[in-house]
Amino acid sequence: MKKTHKFALFILLSLACVLAVIIFWDSSRIDVLNPKGLIALKQRNLLVISTLIMLIVVVPAIVFTFVFAWKYRSDNEKAKYTPNWENSILAECIWWGIPFIIIVVLSVMVWKTSHELDPFKPLDSPTKPIRIQVVALQWKWLFIYPEEKIATVNFVQFPEKTPLNFEITSDAPMNSFWIPQLGGQIYAMSGMRTKLHLIADAPGIFNGCSANFSGTGFAGMKFIAKASTEADFDAWVSSVKKSPNHLDAKSYKQLLKPSINNKEAFYLLSDDGLFDQIIMKYMTPM
Amino acid sequence: MFGKLGLDSFTRNPIEFGAGISMVMAALAAISFLFYFKRWKWLGKEWLTSLDPKKIGVMYVVVTAIMLFKGLIDAVMMRAQQAVSVGDSYGYLASDHFQQIFSAHGATMIFFVGMGVVFGMMNLIIPLQIGARDVAFPFLNSLGFWLFAVGALLLNISLIIGEFSGAGWLGYPPLTSMEYNPGVGVDYWIWTLQVAGVGSLISGINFLVTILKMRCPGMTLMKMPIFVWSCLCCLILIIFAFPILTATLAMLSLDRFLGMHFFSASFGGNPMMFVNLIWAWGHPEVYILIFPAFGIFSEIVATFSRKYLFGYVSMVWALAAITALSFIVWLHHFFTMGSGASVNAFFGIMTMLIAVPTGVKMFNWIFTMVRGKVYLATPMLWFLGFASNFTIGGMTGVLMSVPAVDFQVHNSLFLIAHFHSVIIGGVLFGFFAGFTYWFPKFFGFKLNEKLGRYAFWYWMIGFLAAFMPLYVLGLMGATRRLDHYDHASGWQPLYVLAAVGVLLIMIGVAFQVLQIIISIRDRKKNLDTTGDPWDGRTLEWSTTSPPPFYNFAITPEVNERDPFWIKKQSGREQAKKEYKDIHMPKNTPMGLFIAGCALIFSFSMIWQIFWLAGVGALGALVLLIIHLSDDDTDYYVTVSEIEQIENRI
Repeated sequence: MKKTHKFALFILLSLACVLAVIIFWDSSRIDVLNPKGLIALKQRNLLVISTLIMLIVVVPAIVFTFVFAWKYRSDNEKAKYTPNWENSILAECIWWGIPFIIIVVLSVMVWKTSHELDPFKPLDSPTKPIRIQVVALQWKWLFIYPEEKIATVNFVQFPEKTPLNFEITSDAPMNSFWIPQLGGQIYAMSGMRTKLHLIADAPGIFNGCSANFSGTGFAGMKFIAKASTEADFDAWVSSVKKSPNHLDAKSYKQLLKPSINNKEAFYLLSDDGLFDQIIMKYMTPM
Repeated sequence: MFGKLGLDSFTRNPIEFGAGISMVMAALAAISFLFYFKRWKWLGKEWLTSLDPKKIGVMYVVVTAIMLFKGLIDAVMMRAQQAVSVGDSYGYLASDHFQQIFSAHGATMIFFVGMGVVFGMMNLIIPLQIGARDVAFPFLNSLGFWLFAVGALLLNISLIIGEFSGAGWLGYPPLTSMEYNPGVGVDYWIWTLQVAGVGSLISGINFLVTILKMRCPGMTLMKMPIFVWSCLCCLILIIFAFPILTATLAMLSLDRFLGMHFFSASFGGNPMMFVNLIWAWGHPEVYILIFPAFGIFSEIVATFSRKYLFGYVSMVWALAAITALSFIVWLHHFFTMGSGASVNAFFGIMTMLIAVPTGVKMFNWIFTMVRGKVYLATPMLWFLGFASNFTIGGMTGVLMSVPAVDFQVHNSLFLIAHFHSVIIGGVLFGFFAGFTYWFPKFFGFKLNEKLGRYAFWYWMIGFLAAFMPLYVLGLMGATRRLDHYDHASGWQPLYVLAAVGVLLIMIGVAFQVLQIIISIRDRKKNLDTTGDPWDGRTLEWSTTSPPPFYNFAITPEVNERDPFWIKKQSGREQAKKEYKDIHMPKNTPMGLFIAGCALIFSFSMIWQIFWLAGVGALGALVLLIIHLSDDDTDYYVTVSEIEQIENRI
């Protein structure tokens, strides 16, 4: 090996070490790999299994590349040289065949999991789900609890082990609603109602954000998702109900104005149909 | 009179202004250089009006290099912002400015670096490899290039006059509607892409016909060099995909200018339609970019292993399979838009299928080395870097084609890491490999090997440092396009590492610049007098370096693949044939002038100076009619002239 190659190899290895240390240090912060809900757990497992299956092909490909480049280097007198060997049916069958079989296996997984983890599909659970309507605004998230008759901005709380039925729309450019530790992500679009069904396994505080770029204040468009016990949730709802702020068509107009890095805010919901009005606004001539 | 254009349109942001001013200064320096050495005539006659694909190819590469540099500066600025903009600190860039930078970075890299590489390489290599003297439509070729150059110019003008779009390189409506983005930025983006896109389509038609109609006698399709096959598949994609881009952007500009409702959320418009259409172009586009790189690596691996490419037929079928499949996978860019489970699963599976032919190509390259004599020259190093980076990028790509997994990584930095793995590791590394490999063919001397190796290692290590952390950041919940984040997120160390990686890449770039300068200085030492510096296999190495403007004095005839290699092996000299008159196109400035009109037109459309737009459009039309009515477009190089030129060599 030449001096420069050794040096480069050294740099590569130390780079790998730095990365490994940082990842180890922060491993509990890798949200997607630390799921706190059933959906995110299944998605994590699928991610890990698919990666392992693909490594069956990927590892040999990378290893062979370097092994053969080294073995058949021009100054290796011992290596065989057959410049006219250009085809082998057996070899072709292997590398058309094996990846194809792997893809077939993955395809079966894709078909099953796409249906099982379809964000529009309600979860099976004996507990009564809680309905939360989500509106992406410029640049904040509005959460409406139609049954509890409250609304919040950039903060959403719900009881643990209870299915969460999110209905999502937007009164702003396209956004994407994502709580990494509970599971992913669906677009929020004006005039559309998308759905996301999640569940939290234990109390905890999770980060949520918008994953689809939506303009100036995009970076500040994040929220806290808090899972609590049933009792804590009820107590929280009644505390919000004491809020002096009412959310109706008029105060919604105030909310609609673009603003960045918004603080959490809490409202008493005085207009039940607000969410539907927000969607229907785009369906009727203005 | 001047539409939206006023004195206050000129940028006052110090950073942008600085960038703009330095661009202007560089241009002024070049102009005064030309005046000083009285080279205007030379420039006009030899380059600007040239229809010689070799010269047009060099001009493509020059524009590409400038735009690559600009795109890299954008990247450095973004990563610098993200390394420091944590918690209470908001970095040195305002959100709007940061957003313009990443939008410009994406548009620059895809349309002016990626496409520039594609057409630059096609111009330089295709005619030589198929034993042709010229392309099928030399004028279209020149026009296509100049439209590409005008697009690049327009993007740079936005640095000084007005602003660029801050809505991302694919600007989804309604964010790009008049309601949310009334400024000229989005219009700059639309017209930049529109002009460059039309240029790409025109050039695409030219090269498709060139490959199909202008191959030398005996070169059947299955005897073409694999690079030409890659380009053929790439061109088919261009011809089918680019009209979609043009139409989609046209509809978006109608929405903006005339208040129509193709993509608005209300009045029956549908933004989801835009997302579908733009990716119906956008997905084939990534294969458009990677195919020529596949071809370049195929040539390089065979040449530097002194062996036939393994499984040629299989390679061609793999290309064909990818070409077909690439049109039925676009939805994987938005599994999260809420299509049904079955639709998502279908597109996921189709996407995975592409991994099969791609993997086949990888194994065929690997087995080309087996039982060969592998010379680890710089182009081969780039290949080894490509093999590992592209495989990793490919694997994460398949991972994201599983819809249920994609929900957790979509639009996160994981995605960014994925497509940079395949675009830097594939397209750019392929370009650098090809540049080093074919440089002696066009300039007559080899590039400095040592500096090339340094450049490679800095690029390689810089790439890993810049993008491996992004995979982790994505899984940590970091989305793309953030100009600020919280301390508590714990992202900062990885962002800093990524910024260091970008700096390492910039050192690699510095070595590349140095490599070119030193190589020009030492050119006498590295002269390529044989025309075949690498012991090549295909026709381009059978002519001199640099080739005469007519490429081949006698049209070659081939009976097999790798004809030049076989000729060298068998040692038989082709019987000397008589020279014949050579039919060549005359230079014309019309491509340049029409593109100039396109510049006037698109600039005035951006600023809504409609009378001037009319002038531009009319000018283009009149010039086109004048050119088409001109019958004096070609001439013959006589036998005595050919003899003179050949004897001089």
